[in-house]
Amino acid sequence: MAMLSILDPTDERVPVSRQITPRPKQITGNVALLDISKPRGNVLLDRLEETLSARLPDVNITRYAKPTFSKPAPEELRQLIQANSDFVIEALAD
Amino acid sequence: MSEVIAAFELENLRGKQVVFPGTSDALVCFIKEDCPTCKEVMPVLVAMHKAFAGAIDIQIIGQTLGGNKALDKTFAPGFSILDDSALKVSFAADVETVPTLFKTDVSGAVTDTLIGFVRDEWQDLLQRMSAEYTRAEVDVDWLSLPQWRPGCGSLSVDPSNADGLRAEAENSPIRARKIVIGSQDDEFEFMFDQGFSDGLPVIPPTPERVLRMLEGTRRDAQEIVGVMAPNLGEVTIEKIAINAVMAGCKPQYMPVVIAAVEAISTDDYNVHGVMATTMGASPVIVVNGPIRHQIGMNMGMGALGQGNRANATIGRAVRLVIRNVGGAKPGETERSVLGNPMKFTMCFAEWEERNPWQPLHVERGFDASDSVVSVFTMTSGPSLIVDQDSRSADALAGTIGQTLEGIYNPKAHFATNCLLVVVPEHVDTLMHDNYSKADLRRRIQETSSRPTRELVGNDVSGAGIKPVAAAGMSEEVLDRMMPKFRTEDDIHIVVAGGEAGKFSAAFHGWVTGSIGSIPVSRKIDI
Repeated sequence: MAMLSILDPTDERVPVSRQITPRPKQITGNVALLDISKPRGNVLLDRLEETLSARLPDVNITRYAKPTFSKPAPEELRQLIQANSDFVIEALAD
Repeated sequence: MSEVIAAFELENLRGKQVVFPGTSDALVCFIKEDCPTCKEVMPVLVAMHKAFAGAIDIQIIGQTLGGNKALDKTFAPGFSILDDSALKVSFAADVETVPTLFKTDVSGAVTDTLIGFVRDEWQDLLQRMSAEYTRAEVDVDWLSLPQWRPGCGSLSVDPSNADGLRAEAENSPIRARKIVIGSQDDEFEFMFDQGFSDGLPVIPPTPERVLRMLEGTRRDAQEIVGVMAPNLGEVTIEKIAINAVMAGCKPQYMPVVIAAVEAISTDDYNVHGVMATTMGASPVIVVNGPIRHQIGMNMGMGALGQGNRANATIGRAVRLVIRNVGGAKPGETERSVLGNPMKFTMCFAEWEERNPWQPLHVERGFDASDSVVSVFTMTSGPSLIVDQDSRSADALAGTIGQTLEGIYNPKAHFATNCLLVVVPEHVDTLMHDNYSKADLRRRIQETSSRPTRELVGNDVSGAGIKPVAAAGMSEEVLDRMMPKFRTEDDIHIVVAGGEAGKFSAAFHGWVTGSIGSIPVSRKIDI
């Protein structure tokens, strides 16, 4: 049987493999709490913020929110969080 | 026919590589052994070689290796036939008939072309050459030869070879990575193993098939039509053609598939969210305009079901582009909790001729003569609206409104949109009272309206307005009637289906507006 050639139907990109950032032993500095704007995500983050503030009074907590859960976070928001945060906790839905 | 014979290197029967162009003018003749005309001209070629050898290059190119050997044995020609069994040189020279004799200058530019065998033309050329190169007349008994023989088809234009040669040629539009399937592998199993399939067998997208698919569009194969989420893969016309082959499309469906992919790639449509949502949303494609008939789409009986190639494969091709170029695969970035069969394919045409109102594309701002594809995001459907009893438009539209209130859950008002497919028998009932589309929309809103207080979550159903929120509402607000849809524009209406059966249907939407997915229509570039 002759060899058959086909054409690649994909975008032909090999995904970049990324390493997970080393886990720090202590939480210090700035913590971002990101709400993706799904129902009750804010409730979860409210409780988290209370708990974190009580247990880690020295960390600085900032709340962020995506305009809509259905689309990726806008570039400016991603840059803002990256520039100003040491940790991010995201309230994913569902 | 070529104006220049492109440079080539072919092996002759003695195993020597021969390069063209050489250092002088040349005669290049394409032949094949099983062509009677080629056999008849062999003695002429032999005499021609004898007369001009040393003065010019003479390249006799045969199209099958076995045939070249047979001709060599029969005629002992004094030249060694070059092997073009790969047919690439024949194809590049645009040879349609054998024999074809080219005379070229030293650069390979063609000065004379003789196709088949016309005795006077051959005699005239060779006599002129005798004078030009001061050689004796070619020793041929011209009168013993037939006056005219048409020649035979070149193997390079044989349908079984031509598309493959075009795919391999230097000006081929094909740029996608080629994947060779091992001779021991089954190509259909291979496609499954690579994850290219939606779960059903796909047609292997060979270069030949993709080239034929590309003939369905005038657009450049490398034009980037859009960027497909979630992987943000660049979608070229070629990639669409590859996936259209896999889906089983005919080339004439390509303009519809391209327009649908363009629509889906927009920020308004938001395919990222459509694929990533756990809710299980899917594109639903509606086609309007003359192309429905040109490509034989089903808009009548069973239009939303299987059995029509255009309906089935256009929707499937779009889904395969999202899967393969966009990277949306169930369990990976496609996160639907249940999935739904629309994720294989959901495409149909509107029966405009049975529609007493404006067809969808005209309502959406296009001319009636335009062919248009409209893409919606729907989470379920077609969900039937059964009413065999209503005899008035108000009563039937009331049934439709009450049924649509069930979308998501009955308390979910202002939550989504819908695509309502009205069947011919229901159209007739509505038109009995001269209902317009606006009347239908108004009646749906009217009969799906409830006092806000009935939409508050309670022990019967916790869905709806949160009791905490309701506690802050005034009596007036709680008494206010809320229709099912935020606006009448969220009720999209088309006509399709068979002549018999009082069963309309609705597709139920997803998150609408700028926070979700906005329906997008695109004119089809035919």
